[in-house]
Amino acid sequence: MILAATQHLDVAQNIVFGLVSLSMVVAAIRVVTTDNVVHAALYLVVVLAGVAVDYVLLAAEFIAVVQILVYIGAIVVLLLFGTMLTRAPIGKSADLDNDQRWAAAVVSLFLLGVLGWALNDAWGSDRLPPAQVQRTADVGNSIFQTFVIPFEVVSILLLAALVGAVVIARRD
Amino acid sequence: MLLNEFLFLAAFLFCVGVYGALARKNAVLVLMSIELILNAVNINLVAFAAYGHLIAGQVFALFVVAIAAAEVGVGLAIVLLIYRNRHSVDLTSVNSMKG
Repeated sequence: MILAATQHLDVAQNIVFGLVSLSMVVAAIRVVTTDNVVHAALYLVVVLAGVAVDYVLLAAEFIAVVQILVYIGAIVVLLLFGTMLTRAPIGKSADLDNDQRWAAAVVSLFLLGVLGWALNDAWGSDRLPPAQVQRTADVGNSIFQTFVIPFEVVSILLLAALVGAVVIARRD
Repeated sequence: MLLNEFLFLAAFLFCVGVYGALARKNAVLVLMSIELILNAVNINLVAFAAYGHLIAGQVFALFVVAIAAAEVGVGLAIVLLIYRNRHSVDLTSVNSMKG
Protein backbone atom coordinates (compact mmCIF):
# COMPACT_ATOMS: atom_id res chain seq x y z
CA MET A 1 0.00 0.00 0.00
CA ILE A 2 2.75 2.41 1.01
CA LEU A 3 4.81 1.27 -1.95
CA ALA A 4 1.88 1.91 -4.29
CA ALA A 5 1.41 5.37 -2.77
CA THR A 6 5.05 6.33 -3.21
CA GLN A 7 5.09 5.03 -6.78
CA HIS A 8 1.99 7.08 -7.52
CA LEU A 9 3.70 10.18 -6.11
CA ASP A 10 6.73 9.35 -8.24
CA VAL A 11 4.56 9.37 -11.35
CA ALA A 12 3.34 12.88 -10.56
CA GLN A 13 6.91 14.06 -9.93
CA ASN A 14 8.06 12.53 -13.20
CA ILE A 15 5.30 14.23 -15.17
CA VAL A 16 6.14 17.62 -13.63
CA PHE A 17 9.83 17.02 -14.22
CA GLY A 18 9.24 16.07 -17.85
CA LEU A 19 7.13 19.13 -18.61
CA VAL A 20 9.47 21.51 -16.82
CA SER A 21 12.64 20.08 -18.31
CA LEU A 22 11.13 20.14 -21.81
CA SER A 23 10.41 23.86 -21.48
CA MET A 24 13.87 24.38 -19.95
CA VAL A 25 15.57 22.64 -22.87
CA VAL A 26 13.66 24.72 -25.44
CA ALA A 27 14.26 27.96 -23.53
CA ALA A 28 17.98 27.22 -23.04
CA ILE A 29 18.44 26.62 -26.75
CA ARG A 30 16.58 29.85 -27.48
CA VAL A 31 18.85 31.76 -25.06
CA VAL A 32 21.90 30.89 -27.14
CA THR A 33 20.29 31.09 -30.59
CA THR A 34 17.80 33.98 -30.49
CA ASP A 35 18.74 37.15 -32.37
CA ASN A 36 17.22 39.51 -29.81
CA VAL A 37 19.10 40.30 -26.60
CA VAL A 38 16.00 41.11 -24.56
CA HIS A 39 14.31 37.88 -25.66
CA ALA A 40 17.43 35.98 -24.56
CA ALA A 41 17.10 37.48 -21.07
CA LEU A 42 13.42 36.55 -20.92
CA TYR A 43 14.13 32.96 -22.04
CA LEU A 44 16.81 32.87 -19.35
CA VAL A 45 14.05 33.61 -16.82
CA VAL A 46 12.21 30.47 -18.00
CA VAL A 47 15.33 28.36 -17.53
CA LEU A 48 16.03 29.78 -14.05
CA ALA A 49 12.41 29.25 -12.94
CA GLY A 50 12.64 25.67 -14.19
CA VAL A 51 15.77 25.17 -12.09
CA ALA A 52 13.80 26.43 -9.06
CA VAL A 53 11.07 23.86 -9.80
CA ASP A 54 13.75 21.17 -9.93
CA TYR A 55 14.95 22.24 -6.49
CA VAL A 56 11.38 21.92 -5.18
CA LEU A 57 11.19 18.42 -6.70
CA LEU A 58 14.42 17.58 -4.88
CA ALA A 59 12.80 18.86 -1.63
CA ALA A 60 15.34 21.68 -1.25
CA GLU A 61 12.95 24.49 -0.40
CA PHE A 62 15.38 27.16 0.79
CA ILE A 63 17.62 27.03 -2.25
CA ALA A 64 14.52 27.15 -4.50
CA VAL A 65 13.44 30.44 -2.87
CA VAL A 66 17.01 31.78 -3.07
CA GLN A 67 17.11 30.84 -6.75
CA ILE A 68 14.00 32.90 -7.47
CA LEU A 69 15.06 35.85 -5.32
CA VAL A 70 18.68 36.12 -6.39
CA TYR A 71 18.63 34.86 -9.97
CA ILE A 72 15.29 36.01 -11.32
CA GLY A 73 14.98 38.98 -8.99
CA ALA A 74 18.51 40.34 -9.13
CA ILE A 75 20.77 38.81 -11.75
CA VAL A 76 18.32 38.96 -14.67
CA VAL A 77 17.47 42.55 -13.79
CA LEU A 78 21.20 43.32 -13.70
CA LEU A 79 21.65 41.70 -17.12
CA LEU A 80 18.75 43.76 -18.51
CA PHE A 81 20.37 46.89 -17.07
CA GLY A 82 23.58 45.87 -18.82
CA THR A 83 21.68 45.43 -22.07
CA MET A 84 20.16 48.86 -21.66
CA LEU A 85 23.36 50.68 -20.66
CA THR A 86 25.42 49.22 -23.49
CA ARG A 87 22.69 50.28 -25.93
CA ALA A 88 22.39 46.78 -27.33
CA PRO A 89 19.99 46.62 -30.25
CA ILE A 90 16.57 46.14 -28.68
CA GLY A 91 15.03 44.62 -31.79
CA LYS A 92 16.42 41.89 -34.01
CA SER A 93 20.09 42.06 -34.89
CA ALA A 94 21.93 39.76 -37.25
CA ASP A 95 25.44 39.90 -35.82
CA LEU A 96 25.17 38.43 -32.32
CA ASP A 97 27.12 35.27 -33.20
CA ASN A 98 30.77 35.12 -34.20
CA ASP A 99 32.13 33.00 -37.03
CA GLN A 100 33.15 30.02 -34.88
CA ARG A 101 29.54 28.93 -34.36
CA TRP A 102 29.95 25.52 -36.01
CA ALA A 103 33.15 24.73 -34.13
CA ALA A 104 31.37 25.68 -30.89
CA ALA A 105 28.44 23.41 -31.79
CA VAL A 106 30.81 20.50 -32.45
CA VAL A 107 32.64 21.08 -29.16
CA SER A 108 29.47 21.24 -27.09
CA LEU A 109 27.90 18.20 -28.78
CA PHE A 110 31.10 16.23 -28.17
CA LEU A 111 31.05 17.38 -24.53
CA LEU A 112 27.40 16.34 -24.24
CA GLY A 113 28.24 12.91 -25.62
CA VAL A 114 31.14 12.37 -23.23
CA LEU A 115 29.17 13.64 -20.22
CA GLY A 116 26.13 11.53 -21.12
CA TRP A 117 28.22 8.40 -21.54
CA ALA A 118 30.05 9.00 -18.25
CA LEU A 119 26.86 9.73 -16.31
CA ASN A 120 25.12 6.69 -17.74
CA ASP A 121 28.14 4.58 -16.88
CA ALA A 122 28.48 5.87 -13.32
CA TRP A 123 24.89 6.35 -12.10
CA GLY A 124 23.03 4.09 -14.57
CA SER A 125 19.75 3.40 -12.78
CA ASP A 126 20.36 4.72 -9.27
CA ARG A 127 17.11 5.94 -7.76
CA LEU A 128 16.77 9.00 -5.58
CA PRO A 129 15.53 8.07 -2.11
CA PRO A 130 11.93 9.16 -1.34
CA ALA A 131 11.86 12.93 -1.04
CA GLN A 132 12.81 13.98 2.47
CA VAL A 133 12.52 17.70 3.05
CA GLN A 134 15.78 19.32 4.08
CA ARG A 135 14.49 22.07 6.29
CA THR A 136 15.68 25.66 6.14
CA ALA A 137 16.64 25.43 9.81
CA ASP A 138 19.03 22.59 9.02
CA VAL A 139 20.60 24.56 6.17
CA GLY A 140 21.01 27.56 8.49
CA ASN A 141 22.56 25.48 11.24
CA SER A 142 24.95 23.94 8.77
CA ILE A 143 25.99 27.33 7.38
CA PHE A 144 26.58 28.87 10.80
CA GLN A 145 28.27 25.87 12.41
CA THR A 146 30.13 23.65 9.98
CA PHE A 147 30.63 26.16 7.19
CA VAL A 148 30.97 29.41 9.13
CA ILE A 149 34.49 30.19 7.83
CA PRO A 150 33.61 29.69 4.15
CA PHE A 151 30.52 31.81 4.81
CA GLU A 152 32.65 34.67 6.12
CA VAL A 153 35.04 34.30 3.18
CA VAL A 154 32.06 34.58 0.79
CA SER A 155 30.97 37.74 2.61
CA ILE A 156 34.41 39.28 2.10
CA LEU A 157 34.34 38.18 -1.53
CA LEU A 158 30.96 39.86 -2.08
CA LEU A 159 32.22 43.06 -0.49
CA ALA A 160 35.35 42.97 -2.65
CA ALA A 161 33.27 42.37 -5.78
CA LEU A 162 30.96 45.25 -4.88
CA VAL A 163 33.85 47.66 -4.33
CA GLY A 164 35.59 46.36 -7.44
CA ALA A 165 32.50 46.86 -9.60
CA VAL A 166 32.12 50.44 -8.36
CA VAL A 167 35.80 51.20 -8.95
CA ILE A 168 35.83 49.67 -12.44
CA ALA A 169 32.63 51.33 -13.66
CA ARG A 170 33.34 54.74 -12.09
CA ARG A 171 33.73 57.69 -14.40
CA ASP A 172 36.69 59.81 -13.32
CA MET B 1 12.89 9.36 -9.59
CA LEU B 2 16.18 8.47 -11.17
CA LEU B 3 19.24 10.48 -10.17
CA ASN B 4 20.28 10.50 -13.82
CA GLU B 5 17.22 12.48 -14.91
CA PHE B 6 18.59 15.51 -13.08
CA LEU B 7 22.18 14.84 -14.08
CA PHE B 8 21.31 14.58 -17.79
CA LEU B 9 19.29 17.80 -17.64
CA ALA B 10 22.21 19.53 -15.96
CA ALA B 11 24.67 18.14 -18.52
CA PHE B 12 22.46 19.44 -21.33
CA LEU B 13 22.22 22.91 -19.78
CA PHE B 14 25.99 22.92 -19.28
CA CYS B 15 26.65 22.08 -22.93
CA VAL B 16 24.18 24.70 -24.15
CA GLY B 17 25.97 27.24 -21.93
CA VAL B 18 29.36 26.23 -23.33
CA TYR B 19 28.00 26.65 -26.86
CA GLY B 20 26.66 30.11 -25.99
CA ALA B 21 29.89 31.24 -24.34
CA LEU B 22 31.89 30.15 -27.40
CA ALA B 23 29.57 31.24 -30.20
CA ARG B 24 28.17 34.58 -29.02
CA LYS B 25 29.99 37.84 -29.51
CA ASN B 26 27.76 40.20 -27.55
CA ALA B 27 29.32 40.35 -24.07
CA VAL B 28 25.99 40.41 -22.22
CA LEU B 29 24.90 37.21 -24.00
CA VAL B 30 28.17 35.54 -22.99
CA LEU B 31 27.39 36.43 -19.36
CA MET B 32 23.93 34.85 -19.76
CA SER B 33 25.55 31.66 -21.08
CA ILE B 34 27.84 31.58 -18.04
CA GLU B 35 24.72 31.78 -15.84
CA LEU B 36 23.41 28.68 -17.64
CA ILE B 37 26.65 26.84 -16.84
CA LEU B 38 26.55 27.82 -13.15
CA ASN B 39 22.90 26.71 -12.87
CA ALA B 40 23.75 23.34 -14.36
CA VAL B 41 26.39 22.83 -11.69
CA ASN B 42 23.93 23.87 -8.98
CA ILE B 43 21.37 21.28 -10.15
CA ASN B 44 24.06 18.63 -9.80
CA LEU B 45 24.98 19.78 -6.29
CA VAL B 46 21.38 19.77 -5.05
CA ALA B 47 20.64 16.43 -6.75
CA PHE B 48 23.57 14.78 -5.00
CA ALA B 49 22.53 16.43 -1.72
CA ALA B 50 19.13 14.73 -2.08
CA TYR B 51 20.77 11.47 -3.20
CA GLY B 52 23.00 11.18 -0.16
CA HIS B 53 20.88 13.11 2.38
CA LEU B 54 23.77 15.53 2.77
CA ILE B 55 23.07 19.15 3.68
CA ALA B 56 26.52 20.21 2.47
CA GLY B 57 25.47 20.07 -1.17
CA GLN B 58 22.79 22.69 -0.62
CA VAL B 59 25.16 24.93 1.35
CA PHE B 60 27.68 24.70 -1.46
CA ALA B 61 24.96 25.55 -3.99
CA LEU B 62 24.18 28.68 -1.94
CA PHE B 63 27.84 29.67 -2.11
CA VAL B 64 27.77 29.17 -5.88
CA VAL B 65 24.73 31.49 -6.09
CA ALA B 66 26.57 34.16 -4.07
CA ILE B 67 29.66 33.88 -6.26
CA ALA B 68 27.51 34.04 -9.40
CA ALA B 69 26.02 37.30 -8.17
CA ALA B 70 29.51 38.72 -7.55
CA GLU B 71 30.65 37.49 -10.97
CA VAL B 72 27.77 39.18 -12.77
CA GLY B 73 28.39 42.44 -10.91
CA VAL B 74 32.08 42.61 -11.79
CA GLY B 75 31.46 41.23 -15.29
CA LEU B 76 28.89 43.88 -16.12
CA ALA B 77 31.18 46.59 -14.79
CA ILE B 78 33.90 45.35 -17.15
CA VAL B 79 31.40 45.23 -20.04
CA LEU B 80 30.34 48.80 -19.31
CA LEU B 81 33.98 49.88 -19.32
CA ILE B 82 34.56 48.14 -22.68
CA TYR B 83 31.47 49.87 -24.04
CA ARG B 84 32.63 53.25 -22.79
CA ASN B 85 36.05 52.86 -24.41
CA ARG B 86 35.10 51.22 -27.69
CA HIS B 87 31.39 52.09 -28.16
CA SER B 88 30.54 48.46 -28.78
CA VAL B 89 30.38 45.22 -26.79
CA ASP B 90 31.52 43.06 -29.70
CA LEU B 91 33.97 40.63 -28.11
CA THR B 92 35.65 39.75 -31.43
CA SER B 93 36.96 43.33 -31.63
CA VAL B 94 38.52 43.20 -28.15
CA ASN B 95 41.82 41.71 -29.36
CA SER B 96 44.52 44.27 -28.55
CA MET B 97 46.36 41.65 -26.45
CA LYS B 98 46.29 39.09 -29.27
CA GLY B 99 49.82 37.96 -30.19
